[in-house]
Order: sequence, then structure tokens, then C-alpha cells
Amino acid sequence: MDVNETMLPGVGMRYEFNTVKGERFGMIAYRDGRMDLVSYSDDDPDECISMVRLDRTEVETVAEIMGAPRITARIADLTREIPGLVSAQIEVPPNSPYIGEELGETRCRTRTGASIVAMVRGTKVVSSPTPQERLAVGDVLVVIGTETGIDEVRKLISGG
Amino acid sequence: MELEASILLELGVLLLVLTTMSGLAWRIGFSAAPLFLVAGLAAGEGGLVPFTHSFDFLEVAGGIGVLLLLLTLGLEFSAAEFTATMKRHAPTGVIDFVLNAPPGFIAGLMLGLDWRASLALAGITYISSSGIIARLLSDLGRLGNRETPAVLSVLVLEDVAMAAYLPLLGAVLVGGHLVAGVLGSIVAVLITLSVIWLTQRTEKAANWLFTHDDEEQVLFRVLGITFAVAGLAELAGISAAVGAFLVGLAIPSPAAERVREILRPLRNLFAALFFFVFGLGIDPGELGPALPAAFALAFVTIFTKLGTGWFAAGREGASVRGKLRAGTALIARGEFSVVIAGLAVAAGYVALGPVASAYVLIVAVVGPVLARSSDWLAAVFLKQPKPKPKREPGTDHQKQDSVDANE
Repeated sequence: MDVNETMLPGVGMRYEFNTVKGERFGMIAYRDGRMDLVSYSDDDPDECISMVRLDRTEVETVAEIMGAPRITARIADLTREIPGLVSAQIEVPPNSPYIGEELGETRCRTRTGASIVAMVRGTKVVSSPTPQERLAVGDVLVVIGTETGIDEVRKLISGG
Repeated sequence: MELEASILLELGVLLLVLTTMSGLAWRIGFSAAPLFLVAGLAAGEGGLVPFTHSFDFLEVAGGIGVLLLLLTLGLEFSAAEFTATMKRHAPTGVIDFVLNAPPGFIAGLMLGLDWRASLALAGITYISSSGIIARLLSDLGRLGNRETPAVLSVLVLEDVAMAAYLPLLGAVLVGGHLVAGVLGSIVAVLITLSVIWLTQRTEKAANWLFTHDDEEQVLFRVLGITFAVAGLAELAGISAAVGAFLVGLAIPSPAAERVREILRPLRNLFAALFFFVFGLGIDPGELGPALPAAFALAFVTIFTKLGTGWFAAGREGASVRGKLRAGTALIARGEFSVVIAGLAVAAGYVALGPVASAYVLIVAVVGPVLARSSDWLAAVFLKQPKPKPKREPGTDHQKQDSVDANE
């Protein structure tokens, strides 16, 4: 995909590209984190139309919506290619014995055969977390393994 | 420490009046700076409120306002943006200068001003208001347009041109000869270039100096260095304003952004006081006689900026409508024209005051009006088809149907 980057001195950057369906789409990223989304009409490529103005939090929310599920979707794609392998998202419950503990403490792979490939914490995604990563309530673990393995991880994390 | 009640009352009333005006300006989409100047004019000699008690303070505050305005102008500079702009838009910068500086200089001589004051007037007609224009482009939803990078490039090049112009003006205004001025300007440009070169090399150190978790630390460091350098520059015979501008240039980009944010409220306050004090120093009675000349100069320089924008947008391959949009967008002059006028008046060239402020008031109002109506102008005068009605961002929440024609 060809993204056209234009510097807007004193304002920020502009990114434009043509969608597959032939529409021209643009994003104006202000220096302070705000963003304008614009598109162009067919008959006048000079002038942008129909814009949405996003403030900083809105930009973050949009990025989150577009970003985080894509990572899990890609993992889902991966598991589809290998028979027997599934992925799941497991939220760390408040009663988990591992809250505040390092990920390594769970000895997850040794005990269940399943791997924790990513951790989603709020808006942040930690892909391939190290064993030193600490768990917190509400963290979502993205786990890959066999069906039974994943069930065991679920039990393990909730202290069962 | 005791503050007289009268001083507090005056300052309180003043800020309340200024905030009302800036609120009004925001509503109708104009820059507040010219309105502050008008407030100063109205309050001046024989005006409504005599600012006798707080005048000393206001004068110092106005001086600080100039320093902060130029410091933030320097902070806007980013080496990456400058090199990219130079590569692509250097001819535009030349055209901009050739078209817009001479009218001011010639008008000054014709008005019988000293050549030094005329040099100041050249700067006043040359520099477009980056404040007004950036805001205007964003408000009108034109940042996505084809001509916009060209318009913004003009602003960048003008800001950089200030690095050569301000030292020159500073040197000749304090009574130096043209030769001394040019020499001073060359020295200043060399200093500027080496400062920029140096900060590129020592970016880590500079970033370390101006990045600190504590805002107070950053604020005090920046202000301390700015005032000290400005003072040294004043002693060295180039103006304090130049020193402040150089400090702004020297602070590298990542740190500059934070510094800009921290300085913003302070700059807004002191800049407003500067515009007010500048207006205060001008006798409203002298404004009338200066009007014809100011209107004539405004008329000429509206067309020269139009030409600049037309040329700049044409190089980007914009259509006639786009060229007109670019041209009209560039017309507004504002805060830095007042700063230049302020420097000249402070150096004793008071005759420049009335004509300069009348001129800035005219173009600061006419510019945005023309920019807003540029598509209408194109339809009426250049027989261009009218564009589809377009909603300005954030003003109209009418729901638009999203229809995908391909499905």
C-alpha cells in the first residue's frame, strides 16, 4: 500500500492513500496528538471534504479499536493454519493467586503445554511477554495451545 | 511587598476587557492580537481609562511579551521541516520576499519616514501571520487540501528569514549604519547557523537541559537562559528580541514541543499586554491621518500576497480555486508585524506607529474575510464553478449518509 506522507510545517503530518475502492483518504496528525480524518471527492482532488475531528483521547480510542483486536485476529489466523491449535483470551480474575507475581511463577508452559503469547493491559499490548512481566487484575492473556491446555491455564490463573 | 489597590484594579479591569475581546475574536474567527491593540488605542491618551498607576508595570510586561513572542517563534523552527521546505519551496520564498518586502520599504520612503523605519515597514508588510493563518486553515478544514503545504512553507521560510532580518533591523535601529547592520546580520546568521548546527550535534545535551519532569524546572531554565541571552544581545548592540529568537531556534524539536506547551499561558498573557501597550503608546488622533496611506499599502500588499500564494500553490499543481485559496490565506499579517513595529517605535521611530498599526488592523481583518470567501471570489471574478457546499469541521453536526456506490 502506498501511503503519501506530506509534512505540514508548524501543524504536523498528513497521510493520504487511495483505498482499493478508489476513494482517496487522508489523515492529518497534529503535533499535539489531535487528528483530522478527511476524504476527497472525485471531481476535485485538491480539496478535502467530510471531515471528522478527533481529540487526543478519541485518537487513542480509535487506535485501540483498530489495533488490539488486529493482533488477536492475526493470532487467530495463525491457529487456524495449524490443526489442533487454538487461541483464547483469559482475563486475570481478582481472586487469582498470581496477582503481583511474575509471569514465570505460573510455570504455565511446563504445567499445561500452552503458551502466553501476549498480554493486553488497558490500551497497551505486550506481545511475547517475558517471564519477569508481573500480572495485574484485569490483564488479558492471549494464550495459544491445545483445547485442554487452555482450559488448564484458565484454571491455573484463577487458582483452581 | 505591597501592591497598590489602584494597580490591582487597573490590571483586573484590563484583563477582563481583554478576555471579553479575545472571546469575541474567537467567536467570529479572528485573531485577538489586533483587538488588544485596539483596546490599547482606546485606553490611550484621552481614552476611557487612564492607565497611570500600572503603566510602569505594563511597559516591562510588554517588553517581556516581545521576548516571549520571539522565543516561541524560534521554538516553532524545526531543522527537519526547514530542510524539507528549502528543498521544495525555495523559489516560493524568493518570490514572497521580492513581492512583499519592497512595497513596505517604498511606502515608508514615500511617507517621509527615515530609511530605518522604512526597513521596519518592509518587514511589517513581508511577514504573514503564522498564528492567524494556521488557525484559519484548521478552522476552514483546509489542512487536507493540495495547496496547504505550500501555504505553510511560505510561513516557515518567513520565520527563518526573520533570523537574518531581525539582527539587521536591530543593528540599524540603534543608530548603526547600513554596513554595520549588514555585518551584524551576517554575524547573527552565522551565529544562528552554528547554534543550529551545534544543537543538532549536541541534541542529547540540549534535550536533557530542557526536559525535566518538573515543569517549573523547564520554565525557569528556559526563561533564565532567554532573559540572560536577550540581555547580552542588547548589550552587544543587537536587540534583545534577537537574542530571545536565537534561544528559541537553539532548542531542538522534541524538547521544544514541551517548552512551547509550558510557555503558552505565560506567552499569551504577556503578548496580550504587549499588544495593548503598543496601542496605548499611539495617539488615536494620529490614526486618522495615517489611514489613507495604510489603506493604499494594504491594497497593494493584499495583491502581492495573493500573487505569492498563487505562485506557491501553482507549483503544487493546484487548480485556480486552490491558488486563490492559497493567495487569500496568506494576506493576514498580525502579531509579528506588531512586534517589528514595536521594536522600531521603542527605538524612537514613533512616526511609524500610527501607519503600522492602522495597516496591521486592516490586513488582519480583511485577510481572514477574503480567505473565508475565496471560493465565492473565484466564482464571481474568475468564473470558477462553485464547489459543493461543505461543512466546516466541528460546527455542524448534521448527519451525513454514508452511501457506498460500489455496493
